[in-house]
Amino acid sequence: MHKKSVEIWVGLFMVVAIAALFFLSMQVSSLNKFSVDSGYTIEASFENVGGLKVRSPVSVSGVKVGRVEAISYDMENFEARVTLLIDNKYDAFPEDTSASIFTSGLLGEQYISLEPGGSDEVLKSGDQIKLVQSAVILEQLIGQFLFSKADE
Amino acid sequence: MLSKVQQLGRSTISVLERLGRGFLFFIQLIAALPNVVTRAPLLVQQLYSIGVLSFLIIFVSGLFVGMVLGLQGYYTLIDFGAEESLGVMVSLSLVRELGPVVTALLFAGRAGSALTAEIGLMKATEQLSGMEMMAVDPIKRIVAPRFWAGVISMPLLAAIFSAIGVVGGYIVGVGLLGIDAGAFWSQMQSKVDLTEDILNGVIKSIVFGVVVSWIAVYEGYDAIPTSEGVSRATTRTVVHSALAVLALDFMLTALMFGE
Repeated sequence: MHKKSVEIWVGLFMVVAIAALFFLSMQVSSLNKFSVDSGYTIEASFENVGGLKVRSPVSVSGVKVGRVEAISYDMENFEARVTLLIDNKYDAFPEDTSASIFTSGLLGEQYISLEPGGSDEVLKSGDQIKLVQSAVILEQLIGQFLFSKADE
Repeated sequence: MLSKVQQLGRSTISVLERLGRGFLFFIQLIAALPNVVTRAPLLVQQLYSIGVLSFLIIFVSGLFVGMVLGLQGYYTLIDFGAEESLGVMVSLSLVRELGPVVTALLFAGRAGSALTAEIGLMKATEQLSGMEMMAVDPIKRIVAPRFWAGVISMPLLAAIFSAIGVVGGYIVGVGLLGIDAGAFWSQMQSKVDLTEDILNGVIKSIVFGVVVSWIAVYEGYDAIPTSEGVSRATTRTVVHSALAVLALDFMLTALMFGE
């Protein structure tokens, strides 16, 4: 094999391999998509976070605006404290915005949905969301349903 | 009775000796890295015969493995109405497991066996001792470029395998079975993590590349210099590489993905 053509083939091999790595990181994983690096954090306390995890999405009207940064347990008021990292693009949510934990689909993962209120004051970094709705626990719902049936 | 014990002891000692020689050999290969870098043409030649010539088998196998994953995953997922998750299933299985492992197995069969046979035959025909006579170190000149070419080629081939596999899953899922293309990609992108999944897959393939190339060149260099010895060494390369890759894969998976 000629020396020059060997080098050309090796060069082409490198190009294809790097293209494959590029494809994997850009198209298959979410590098080019929404990634919050610079954002501001707001907090919310839930009675029960259910299956919510760190990195779970935070969305408004179905549009992803941030992700869950941390989940911890607050020993003062005995509630779960969730820190949300919101992209700087979305920096004008009203102060009386409410947060709920929903499930995408019947068996899907859980996410936080924000619903903007009507206040003129704006949520700032470190603020606390006051209106919250905990995760729906299927077992509790079934239990309540059975109790209400038993009363009849 | 005592002779049986002696036999057991002898085989244990010889296994340990082989392992020890193998590790010393490995250290020599690592130490030869500066020589490999300064004599790039030797490395390029080996990258051609190890990397470029393995490209076709990796490309075709990746495509078909991805297509089979797409087909089988679809039949399972359709029962739960979750066929949109096909992209996640295909890409995660490829990037985390099948890409590095299947590439390493194919690489051991395609390139590793050839390396062993080549080096073993050089030893059998006394080319290596001839080099030593001319004060040319055969490890630096012959073995190290082949080893390092294998180490470099393996992660690149694994990346090609995974990328082509995802395309194969796309062809079957979206092209033949009619899954929505947007859901296929967007679910994949939201579930596959760059460091957690893709980087760990690349680390796996680098480890496999080192192990398979090391086994291949060592078996060749350590082969009994007869035609039978070389044929045995070639068989051992493929068998030992496959076992090492599968066992290491379990350990790496437990380390990386277990919480």
